[in-house]
Amino acid sequence: MFENLDLTKLIFGRLTWDAIPFHDPIILGTFAVVALGGIALLAALTRYKLWGYLWNEWFTTIDHKKIGIMYIILGLVMLLRGFADAIMMRLHQAMAFGDATGYLPPHHYDQIFTAHGVIMIFFVAMPLVTGIMNYLIPLQIGTRDVAFPFLNNFSFWMTTGGAVLMMVSLFIGEFAKTGWLAYPPLSGILQSPGVGVDYYIWALQIAGVGTLLSGVNLLVTIVKMRAPGMSLMKMPVFTWTSLCTNILIVAAFPVLTAVLAMLSMDRYLDTAFFTNDLGGNAMMYVNLIWIWGHPEVYILILPVFGIFSEIVATYSRKPLFGYTSMVYATVVITVLSYLVWLHHFFTMGSGASVNSFFGITTMIISIPTGAKIFNWLFTMFRGRIKFDVPMLWTMGFMVTFVIGGMTGVLLAVPPVDFVLHNSLFLIAHFHNVIIGGVLFGLFAGITYWFPKATGYKLDEFWGKMSFWFWLIGFYFAFMPLYVLGLMGVTRRVSHFEDQSLQIWFQIAAFGAVLIAVGIAAFIIQLVVSFMRRESLKDETGDPWDGRTLEWSTSSPPPPYNFAFTPRVHELDAWWQMKQHGFQRPESGFIPIHMPKGTWAGIVLSGISVVIGFALIWHMWLLAGVSFVALIGTAIYHTFNYDRDYYIPAEEVERIEAERTRVLANV
Amino acid sequence: MQLFKYLRGASLTLLVAALLSGCDAVVMSPSGDVAVQQRDLLVWATVLMLLVIVPVIVLTFWFAWHYRETNTEANYKPDWTHSTVLELVIWSVPLMIIIALGAMTWVSTHKLDPYRPLDRIDAQTPVPVGLEPLTVEVVALDWKWLFIYPEQGIATVNELAAPVNHPIRFKITASTMMNSFFIPAMAGQIYAMAGMETKLHGVINEPGVYKGFSANYSGAGYSQMKFDFHGLSEEDFASWVEEVKASDGNLSRDEYLQLAEPSIDDPVSYYGQVDPTLYYGIFNRCVEPGQVCMEDMMYHGGMDKHAGHHGDAKAEHADHQDHAGHQSHGGHHE
Ligand code: HEM
Ligand SMILES: [Cu+2]
Repeated sequence: MFENLDLTKLIFGRLTWDAIPFHDPIILGTFAVVALGGIALLAALTRYKLWGYLWNEWFTTIDHKKIGIMYIILGLVMLLRGFADAIMMRLHQAMAFGDATGYLPPHHYDQIFTAHGVIMIFFVAMPLVTGIMNYLIPLQIGTRDVAFPFLNNFSFWMTTGGAVLMMVSLFIGEFAKTGWLAYPPLSGILQSPGVGVDYYIWALQIAGVGTLLSGVNLLVTIVKMRAPGMSLMKMPVFTWTSLCTNILIVAAFPVLTAVLAMLSMDRYLDTAFFTNDLGGNAMMYVNLIWIWGHPEVYILILPVFGIFSEIVATYSRKPLFGYTSMVYATVVITVLSYLVWLHHFFTMGSGASVNSFFGITTMIISIPTGAKIFNWLFTMFRGRIKFDVPMLWTMGFMVTFVIGGMTGVLLAVPPVDFVLHNSLFLIAHFHNVIIGGVLFGLFAGITYWFPKATGYKLDEFWGKMSFWFWLIGFYFAFMPLYVLGLMGVTRRVSHFEDQSLQIWFQIAAFGAVLIAVGIAAFIIQLVVSFMRRESLKDETGDPWDGRTLEWSTSSPPPPYNFAFTPRVHELDAWWQMKQHGFQRPESGFIPIHMPKGTWAGIVLSGISVVIGFALIWHMWLLAGVSFVALIGTAIYHTFNYDRDYYIPAEEVERIEAERTRVLANV
Repeated sequence: MQLFKYLRGASLTLLVAALLSGCDAVVMSPSGDVAVQQRDLLVWATVLMLLVIVPVIVLTFWFAWHYRETNTEANYKPDWTHSTVLELVIWSVPLMIIIALGAMTWVSTHKLDPYRPLDRIDAQTPVPVGLEPLTVEVVALDWKWLFIYPEQGIATVNELAAPVNHPIRFKITASTMMNSFFIPAMAGQIYAMAGMETKLHGVINEPGVYKGFSANYSGAGYSQMKFDFHGLSEEDFASWVEEVKASDGNLSRDEYLQLAEPSIDDPVSYYGQVDPTLYYGIFNRCVEPGQVCMEDMMYHGGMDKHAGHHGDAKAEHADHQDHAGHQSHGGHHE
């Protein structure tokens, strides 16, 4: 119609009806399900008049607890998408042998593994970790909120904005076909001229703003806002590991931002940072992205180490064994995580001395990691261990993680890596540490702190079901990949000739089905627990006989967390308070100064998504207009002086009196 | 303690047996000396680590069982959080293992450096004096493999052959995408990158047909980017060369540009003749008429002194020295 009109180009860029995948039944079906589900959800919200509640109490909130919960919901929802991708790959690979081509054409399969990797790392693991940190850090250090409450809301919405863009790519256009790190030259404009890589870039850039700001925020919170008396060596271990993680975030994420910015300049402005010609150098990209990428894996695992430390101590009814060495181990890992990045590409042809150096630094990391494992073991030693669901996840972790750690050290021996690099052995290794470590830890943490956040415990039976299906499913899904790797099978392959491999892929697919049951059990657990919330209720605020300050508050904690800022004298502050017969103060309350919710975070993020979308489709007009809108809104927001309020002393007194009454009845 | 020893011994034997029995597991039962050494390293490193991994797993189960809540017999020490002796053990056990493994790593990484010319054919046989390695120039195209034999003046697509027990020197580059050149039965992999050259030395010890492929995802045709590697006796290799020579394909620069167009699942093809400057042109990104070669674009004067930037021709002369390997960027300079 208007093809020749420049106006069309200016407005719609390269977006045409062709970008909508009408021809692809799989995507269309997915779209139908998502659309129907979405409409049903929106209708329900309208029907029950929940919009105002959601907007006022959640979307605009700057309460770190609610933001933490929203991060966790985001991560769990995206886990469903990431897992849907995983099971599609597993089913496809189990079929695509010899003459059978499987049900996914290569260009679709290639998008799926890329999307799976990106979603799982950036939109599942990161939001879950950030969510738990957000929820817990202020409670553990005895403060009322994070250092920059508005920034916290903004960070959350930017992360969500990235996830939205990611989802849009499923239905409008396509996603990258480059693998989750988008190495050039494949991700360059000559080899990938479509919108896929641009979706990748802008989804990560927008989410990256959120991650970086949240890192700054939590870092400042831990450094500046600890309750009086809580010196660094009296911080709970989870707070320690979070401190290190946020240091890593602040130091590493700018590298990702910069390298993606250079890649986008190559794509949009014809620069030649990473091109084959004109003096570009793709090896530079690979180095830079891993200088971010390796610390990233420690960003994910460190807080989870903290979670396990809290859980082991609580359920063994003993303080953590070797707190000091635990802290030093964490710090050593933090520093070393910057000195190992080259182990991701020993096969690029660096000299033997360079390769050995990075191989050995990698192995050195396993020393403090090993020390941690022993510390957990000796926490159990001479304890009285209760095997509640969080402790089960912890046991599953300890056994699974050491296997993953061992295969990781194997891959750190360069000549061994030469035969296993890019193989399914590698895929098995990192799922072994990421699922057996990060994911198990997150599930343990969610189960452990769920009563704190909601006021009722999670149902035991479904929790155990979820655990066992995940655990057994994991071994079925990934142990075959170790074998396949030793048979010389590489990753990212969408079709195989050798029929003798098929059985292994079928076992792996079976494992993925077991994991699907585990995920379903987890969801059922949430639903069942919600329905049975009266009988699962926790009124004490301290259902597990915990050791750290978050257990001293009610469940859920009041908006202000602590009516009086606690004073800390020893490690495991709450345990000590309980030992010394701590009495809750019941009078003398004063008004509490609190920050107010604001619309600015969600609006700024919404505009950022529009900018990203416009840049992806080369809609220059829209990009320009929305950029001006973004700056304008940000400036307008600075004129908002109505940012705080006081909770009156009477209100505090009423809430606290209610808690006194409840506690007296337990 | 007796129990541990028994368990450890049993699981080790089981593991090694399971790994080695699968003859399909090419990484565990390779046919080339380099890959054999890499396999041995893998096994030894695993054994070394199992020394600590197995006890940890056993202890986990043991402690979990013994100190379970219902076992009121078990010793409960709610305030026991520190033991200097234990902490020393905790840190030093992993430390010892890593010192051993680190030493293994340093030595083996230098010995098995893909840039280092071979000094032995197999565990018993050193390379005979005067036996020059066979040179093969490898180009990863989208999505097929081009092999140029400069000494024989021939080239093939998606088929590689070499005499058994004869060291091979691969010089590897790519047209556009980054790929990884990998024949698991022979030796570990190394990346193939445009405008750069990497090297690999290997040898195949048993006649046979082996799988070779790209081990680095490179886009649409990646899954089909495979070739057969034929290990042949010297005589069979000579007749294979004759057969290729007899074919009338001529890999001129024009022909190459056509070949380099992206295509998937290409059949094997032979070229009896090949432009002797072609590989240089590919590596320097100047095959098309009018392109300036990278070597001429960048001033490399004096660069040789910088560690790691070996010009290719220079490296060739220096091949018998154990020089630190590094990707060389485009450029043959004397
Ligand atoms: C829940 C069960 C999961 C299953 C069944 C699964 C399965 C898979 C499969 C089949 C692949 C492709 C392997 C190949 O290239 O041949 C893959 C790749 C990958 N997975 Fe998972 N995965 C799971 C969970 C996760 C989680 C939790 C994470 C991270 C938090 C993750 C991160 C990745 C990454 C980064 C890749 C690489 C993608 C690429 O090649 O670019 N996966 N996974
Ligand atoms: Cu790494």
